[in-house]
Amino acid sequence: MLNVGKIEEGFVLDHIPAGKSMSIYYHLGLDKLDCTVAIIKNARSNVMGKKDIIKVECDINTLDLDVLAVIDHTITINVIKDGEIVEKRVLELPKELKNIMKCKNPRCITSIEQELPHIFYLADPVRELYRCKYCDEKNTERF
Amino acid sequence: MRHLMNPMDFSVEELDKLFDLAVDIEKDPQKYAHMCAGKKLATCFYEPSTRTRLSFETAMLNLGGSVIGFSDAGSSSAAKGESVSDTIRVISCFADICAMRHPKEGAPMVAASRSGIPVINAGDGGHQHPTQTLTDLLTIRALKGRLDNFTIGLCGDLKFGRTVHSLVNALARYSNVRFVFISPEELRIPGYLRDMLWDKAITFEEVIRLEDVMGKLDLLYMTRVQRERFFNEEDYVRLKDFYILNKAKMDLAKEDMLVLHPLPRVNEISVEVDDDPRAVYFKQVQYGVYVRMALILTLLELA
Repeated sequence: MLNVGKIEEGFVLDHIPAGKSMSIYYHLGLDKLDCTVAIIKNARSNVMGKKDIIKVECDINTLDLDVLAVIDHTITINVIKDGEIVEKRVLELPKELKNIMKCKNPRCITSIEQELPHIFYLADPVRELYRCKYCDEKNTERF
Repeated sequence: MRHLMNPMDFSVEELDKLFDLAVDIEKDPQKYAHMCAGKKLATCFYEPSTRTRLSFETAMLNLGGSVIGFSDAGSSSAAKGESVSDTIRVISCFADICAMRHPKEGAPMVAASRSGIPVINAGDGGHQHPTQTLTDLLTIRALKGRLDNFTIGLCGDLKFGRTVHSLVNALARYSNVRFVFISPEELRIPGYLRDMLWDKAITFEEVIRLEDVMGKLDLLYMTRVQRERFFNEEDYVRLKDFYILNKAKMDLAKEDMLVLHPLPRVNEISVEVDDDPRAVYFKQVQYGVYVRMALILTLLELA
């Protein structure tokens, strides 16, 4: 089995559905960081069968984690200090998402207005449904 | 500063106040004839809409105010590529209130977020047309005396008709309103509206033929069934007569049932129905002016 060493300061995203780690990598902007990032794909998991894990050696508070909940709110976040887990964060669906997904409705004002942020609001938490703030179109983008 | 983007922006209590004001305007228009003296309404219509624009302009003129604006995108700065955000900032320097119609959904909301003056959504694509809903509600309240305890039939294109969707949402806030949806299978109301009614335990039924339910309706809201909405010509020919209101169908209705229509009417209401006292769609246009007058006064905080 492949071993990736533990990190001293940073955070670990665990229980990522297998195959989703690269999407998270780009959506969290991890590709733009200078720090060490380890992506483990298809790790064995008793619960999930296979899972992905991401380890990042940077301050968690510098990142916007909203997108994680949209990808899968069962992902667990372990905050690490001095090599130990000091906090486990639970993800909640954000009430509003800014510039994470794009409105696909060609009749929406976002299709023509310059530099208008694409904003979605949580319309139905049970169905995890987001709608465009401007035109109320359902988000169909999957990560 | 308040704007109107969606009919649900106003609470039931706020709507009551607005409708009280509209009814008072109807009773004594002279009292309000100079209330907007010195104020200007900008009608920014990026697509043509004669009736809505003229209704807004009439409302402002009736209040003693004046009107500026444009009536299609070609004659505005949009033709040069100006953004809605920039246009409203400029208009804010000229006018005191703005009514905006735009083919892009959400454009008035973008305008409101950048505006220094109240913005009224006068229709944004297939999305919202809140002053039509306010008009419908005021017409019902003024002529029925209430906005609760009745059975309303909504007939025609219930899938794409934004006026129907807004009216259903707005009426769902009042008690004991029962809905009867009359449409071909292809044009049934969207699932999210059925879910909303289920969630609120509101009674509704869906039928195909208007004749089958005429006798139980207190109100009938007609809309047009357009040929291009059907998958094939055969179905259109087979079904279209179910959704044309004529004298024979009116004979099946209650004596005090009212017929509303957002207009323009094409052929879904036979002209022979126009003289029936229960046909109130032209009165509805007049109520549209009163409710827009009340809205302008409310948003300008003059009433």
